Amino acid sequence: MAIRITAPLSEETIASLKSGDRVLISGTVYTARDAAHKRMTEQLEQGRELPFDIRNQVIYYVGPTPAKQGMVIGSAGPTTSGRMDKYAPKLMELGLKGMIGKGYRNADVREAIVRHKAVYFAAIGGSGALLSRTVKSVELVAYEDLGPEAIRKLAIEDFPAVVINDIHGNDLYESGVQNYRIQSDSDSAH
Amino acid sequence: MKEVQYGDIVLKVAELCKEANTNLGEDVLEAFRLALRKEESDTGRDVLNDLILNAEIARNEQVPMCQDTGMAVFIIELGQDCRIVGGSLNDAVNEGVRRGYGEGYLRNSIVGHPLTRKNTGDNTPAVIHLELVAGDGLKIHMTAKGAGSENMSRLQMLKPSDGLDGVKRFILETVKAAGPNACPPMVVGVGIGGSFERCAYLAKKSLFRPLGERHPQPEIAKLEEEMIEEINRLGIGPQGMGGRTTALDIKVETAACHIASLPVAVNINCHASRHKEAVL
Repeated sequence: MAIRITAPLSEETIASLKSGDRVLISGTVYTARDAAHKRMTEQLEQGRELPFDIRNQVIYYVGPTPAKQGMVIGSAGPTTSGRMDKYAPKLMELGLKGMIGKGYRNADVREAIVRHKAVYFAAIGGSGALLSRTVKSVELVAYEDLGPEAIRKLAIEDFPAVVINDIHGNDLYESGVQNYRIQSDSDSAH
Repeated sequence: MKEVQYGDIVLKVAELCKEANTNLGEDVLEAFRLALRKEESDTGRDVLNDLILNAEIARNEQVPMCQDTGMAVFIIELGQDCRIVGGSLNDAVNEGVRRGYGEGYLRNSIVGHPLTRKNTGDNTPAVIHLELVAGDGLKIHMTAKGAGSENMSRLQMLKPSDGLDGVKRFILETVKAAGPNACPPMVVGVGIGGSFERCAYLAKKSLFRPLGERHPQPEIAKLEEEMIEEINRLGIGPQGMGGRTTALDIKVETAACHIASLPVAVNINCHASRHKEAVL
């Protein structure tokens, strides 16, 4: 049974989430992937402000396809989060509370999630057509020249995701695999 | 000598690009259904059901099943008695990609230079592999290859003494390292032998084979069957969240190699195994 939550995320919501929980997210999230993260980090290094107030917000790692006429957004599934690992701890330090993507996070990010009390969700990679239906509106925020990599504010409704890393340091990518792993005879030989 | 018109190639290639991204093959859908019967994880079953639903939405609404509409990779079998008229084959394929990605509202995911990284804006250039064959046919195989899984692919030059065990170990290690990043349930393409670059090509080429079909050579078919079992014991499961379905299938291709070499390449594909073909 999925848990309904709202973004931006409150402290109570984050504290209640556990690795493995299935959630339906409604509210607003910001899109950003490699190029946007690089630019945001450069702006911070130059002493400038981020293009949006990041406190309590959720970033969705996505670069959608162009929207067809009459549609709000094109196909919009998650991209591989690991490419944003280099930038994520700094953003959490500034108040980012949630990330939606897919795939492993490195030790720095997992540690920052615990330290800053944030959460990492995975959406189903490759289900962009299905996920696009949960996007109700799209507003350009910054970096229009980056095309699909621009920062956009999305209003979402019942966006399905799974909690991978929670504030307690749990990681579904480790525990889930352990639950289903079958030892092979050849394992001992290795 | 048979003649094929430049314009006909352009139209066919554009159609393949759109078709590959919106209409998931029946072989993949059947693999999802089979996996659903075996999957024990609730989350894993949810994922598989959502993937089937996602494919239906994509087909019915003619939208891409995944936002990563891929790098367009072609294997073209050109008969030596077939002549392309009105322009070059490479130009025709790239023009087809440009049109297909534009008309299909597909994402342009190609940068013109790996270091300066400026988007070319039309998903060209395509990767084109040409195989010259007997006869006067022209057969075009196309795949839209996403980067999430491509990035988890690896090649290693093993020692001949590493043997079959070394090959198996490398395949398993690569799948394990790919984990959730490659959007499992994945399809694993393996090349064994050849030279450094042929080995990688064999791995890619194997991904063009339909799912559920075994290699015609019995000893390779046996290796495929053994490895699919081994991979699905890893527990990675749909989307890496734990489960029985880590890979939908594995394909192995082999080639002759040097007495001192044993190259192995593993080209990982995501569950959106998008391959289409056309004959002109």
